[in-house]
Amino acid sequence: MRWFWIDRFTQFESGRSATAVKNVSLAEGHLHDHFPGAPLMPNSLVIEGLAQTGGLLAAEHNDFEERVVLAKVAKARFHFSATPGDTLVYQVTIDDIHKDGAIVSGTSHVGPRLQAEVQLVFAHLSESVAGSKSLFDPASLLAMLKLLGVFEVGRDSQGKPLNVPASLLAAAGNQA
Amino acid sequence: MAATKEEVYTKVQGALVDALGVDEEEVTPEARLVGDLGAESIDFLDIVFRLEKAFDIKIPRGELFPEDILTNAQYVQNGRVTPEGLKQLEARMPFADLTNFSANPVVQDFGNLLTVQDMCRYVESKVGA
Repeated sequence: MRWFWIDRFTQFESGRSATAVKNVSLAEGHLHDHFPGAPLMPNSLVIEGLAQTGGLLAAEHNDFEERVVLAKVAKARFHFSATPGDTLVYQVTIDDIHKDGAIVSGTSHVGPRLQAEVQLVFAHLSESVAGSKSLFDPASLLAMLKLLGVFEVGRDSQGKPLNVPASLLAAAGNQA
Repeated sequence: MAATKEEVYTKVQGALVDALGVDEEEVTPEARLVGDLGAESIDFLDIVFRLEKAFDIKIPRGELFPEDILTNAQYVQNGRVTPEGLKQLEARMPFADLTNFSANPVVQDFGNLLTVQDMCRYVESKVGA
């Protein structure tokens, strides 16, 4: 997966909340078109970053065995546009998690300034709709989670270090 | 303690305002979820989540929207629900008024059936209001 709209998790509490950062940089090619001479981080990509933060948090709750997809942006409010040099801090909390999906609230801050507020609805796709057992190849998913620091900062619901789920480790190992 | 009908209505209204981004005044008892409030298929998942949370109830899949009947060849022929299928719908959806739908039971129109009042009646049946 190259569609990374967060750089790293800085906090991750299983089933409850997570924080990730996104550094906005002039090295991102799309900022030169959005807009020429006036680079602004597209708000849609802020939503994507918050969805990645919240989606991985929701997926971890079920050991990454559900096929979690962003189903709906229930609410999105932006207070200003992020520009190169800004560090966006995405904080998400799980409002509710069900068998069929989850509702997650999130904010984006630059320093103390509230940049965006969202509420996102995630759905768990059935295997028949998704067309496969997993949306990600297990080895790639595990590599991505490690890259983002999920297991470095992650804590389980008892506050103990978060371990790689045995099922994911086995699936990734079987592929390697 | 059982909720009153007014409490049910207020909470259903709140769930629909949040899920559909509509104003409170638009959520009248007669308003149709799809036709008047602009609900799309994915919104129903959102609505179910919010009702479950607001009332601390479980809404099994297919109970509020019995999609299994509408996709069952036994109950649908040429895009219309058969008399047998209508009986099934009536049995499964005592909270909904199927009179108009039964007169011309085109499956496509089914999504536009439910009103705010139907949702309230459904919740009332779950919480004993």
